[in-house]
Amino acid sequence: MNLSNLSNLSVGLSTYLLVGAMLFCLGLYGVFAKKNIVAILMSIELMLNAVNINFVAFNRFIWNQKIDIHYVLTGHVAALFVIVVAAAEVAVGLALVIAIYRNRQSTNVDEFNWLKW
Amino acid sequence: MFKEMHDLFQWAWLIPILPFLSFLLIAFVTKRSKGLSSTVSILAILTALGIAISIGIGVIQSGAEIVENPAIVNVNWLNIMGLKINFGTVIDPLSAMMLFVVTLVASMVQIYSLGYMHGDKGWSRYYAYQSLFASAMLGMVLATNLLQLFIFWELVGLCSYLLIGFWFFKVSAREAAKKAFITTRVGDFGLLLGILFLYHRFGTLDFVALSAALSTNLQNVAVAGTVGYVTVMAFLVFMGPLGKSGQFPLHVWLPDAMEGPTPVSALIHAATMVVAGVYLVARMYFLFDASPAVLQFIAGVGAFTAIFAASIAIAQDDIKRILAYSTLSQLGYMMFALGVGSYSGSMFHLMTHAFFKALMFLGAGSVIHAMHEKQNIWDMGGLWKKMPITGWTFFIGVLAISGVPPFAGFWSKDEILANALLNGHPVIYAVGLFTAFLTAFYMSRLFFVAFMGPEKPENHPHESPWAMTIPLIILAFFSVVGGLVALPEHNFAFFVHYGEFEAEAMHWGLAGISVIAGLLGIGLAYTIYVKKTIAAENIVARFPSVYKVLQNKYYVDEFYLWIIHNIMDGVAKILYWFDIFVIDGIINGIAFITRGSAKTLRRTSTGQLQTYAMVFFFAVVVLYLVFAFGEGQLQALNPLATLGGVK
Repeated sequence: MNLSNLSNLSVGLSTYLLVGAMLFCLGLYGVFAKKNIVAILMSIELMLNAVNINFVAFNRFIWNQKIDIHYVLTGHVAALFVIVVAAAEVAVGLALVIAIYRNRQSTNVDEFNWLKW
Repeated sequence: MFKEMHDLFQWAWLIPILPFLSFLLIAFVTKRSKGLSSTVSILAILTALGIAISIGIGVIQSGAEIVENPAIVNVNWLNIMGLKINFGTVIDPLSAMMLFVVTLVASMVQIYSLGYMHGDKGWSRYYAYQSLFASAMLGMVLATNLLQLFIFWELVGLCSYLLIGFWFFKVSAREAAKKAFITTRVGDFGLLLGILFLYHRFGTLDFVALSAALSTNLQNVAVAGTVGYVTVMAFLVFMGPLGKSGQFPLHVWLPDAMEGPTPVSALIHAATMVVAGVYLVARMYFLFDASPAVLQFIAGVGAFTAIFAASIAIAQDDIKRILAYSTLSQLGYMMFALGVGSYSGSMFHLMTHAFFKALMFLGAGSVIHAMHEKQNIWDMGGLWKKMPITGWTFFIGVLAISGVPPFAGFWSKDEILANALLNGHPVIYAVGLFTAFLTAFYMSRLFFVAFMGPEKPENHPHESPWAMTIPLIILAFFSVVGGLVALPEHNFAFFVHYGEFEAEAMHWGLAGISVIAGLLGIGLAYTIYVKKTIAAENIVARFPSVYKVLQNKYYVDEFYLWIIHNIMDGVAKILYWFDIFVIDGIINGIAFITRGSAKTLRRTSTGQLQTYAMVFFFAVVVLYLVFAFGEGQLQALNPLATLGGVK
């Protein structure tokens, strides 16, 4: 199958971006509205993955070029980086959550307000 | 011959270094062992004396050549942005003479202190200070540039402060030390300004280079027709000697400095440190020579100090204070000698005065030692029989300072007075002559009352130990022969002179007049205090106000206190008000505003994670909108853009 013909299919760039935007907004809503800290961390993952979709989509539709016989996959690589960083971030985040939970017996962010004035 | 001498002169740096090493050694190693400390100190200064003597002999053998070509060794010390400062040594007759005087008196004083300071708790500290002082003073004498001189100048001031306040458990000693330090600082500030001015104008502080720069500059300026700034420079530089050498009106510290141990008074406040000012004027004579107005001023100040201090000395009762005012008066003599152009005479008097004044101070110390710390001359009496060595040596000192031939003071005083008259300063000559009369009078008064007066049964004086009498004898020897060095040429200028050397004949007529003035003074003191044909009480009763003014030193201290209490405190009160209400008001106002705004703004720190995230998000959105669509609107808000100016 010739990859260059795929751009002619009806599923275009804007469709991917729409999915990405929806995921991002869902994540944003979760970060602003959820009270459980674990849910907020999950929402952040959603936002990161929205970005990943955009990376890959842009790479496929806009940056679709070859050097010699290889396709340039900058967007894919960036997405991989984001996944790695997200994994590290979740590890740190969950560790903090556990530490706070041990201290406060709570996962409600509204109660995590002891850094105010 | 001259070349070989230069090889010798290159070792001059050892002279200040040796006492400095001794200071370090005492301070860090031998502090606990009294005997070791004094041995180290005395050995160092005696070695320095040996080197100074051999250098002095070398200078005499070099003859006139060394005046034209002083042996200078310089080591670069710092070099920044065109400011090049050397540390070095200069050997010429002037510094060779000073080296000899300082090392001789310092070693005599240190040996003498073995007896005088016996049993003192601060023995090692005393010898450490003595060594530091000797080192600083010798470094100053050898300085090749003004900055080096200034550094050592302040160092001797520090040592003076430390030694005046040596018995710091006495309140009066502490106060006197502070007074000495602060008063001399007033003058030193002027000196520093003068140094900065000189550097700014000529770009160098080296004496030789400065002298050359000044003479070329004067030739240029002579065309342009103004030498005003030279006068300002010379005046500022003279501020230093004014304080250091206790010239009026900065003389007030010297009599109070007598709170220190007596050998210290002999070394620092009679023979060496206080003549540093005279030495500086002599060293910088090329500058003062270029400014007749300042020379005139120096002559005036010196002559006034001479007669002013001498008149105070008449009415004092404390043996050390009489000597202190006498020192002030003699320093005035040296100053006005420089002012009237008697450069050699001044240096000659500096040397002879160092001998006989150190002798008399040490003699006074011997007396005080024997009297168990009594210093009032009226408490003494009959010491002549009990203390023959002290008595005889003191007598020699009195004759020397009174200008009786052939003692040292006669030759130097005569040279100054003759020069004052011959260089066209009859008023200053008259003042000097009258001062000579007063000097002879008060010194004989001291001598007759303390040594010749009736014995007091409550006193049990005894002759001092050998450590104290041997330095007296050596100094007495120099007080006798010190003046004879000038004999071959009838003039000290054959050795130390400025500009062209002119041999002058001895003016026997003038010398006779000053001898008569001195003998009159001695005779008057004899009639009043020994024969009692004129009773001292009657004179006091006839002129009570004059006596009171003299005894209270013309109320200069009181006047300064009045100024401090009324004027300075008043200014201080205004400044205090300004500080409290204006400066503090501004500072507190700023703090109040910061505090108030912080109090309000801190309400925005809710501690709610999600609120922060929300603010952050919307801020990003706003920024995005501004960057994406706001370009035109932002431009429209720029008033310059609407005027069609900057885009």
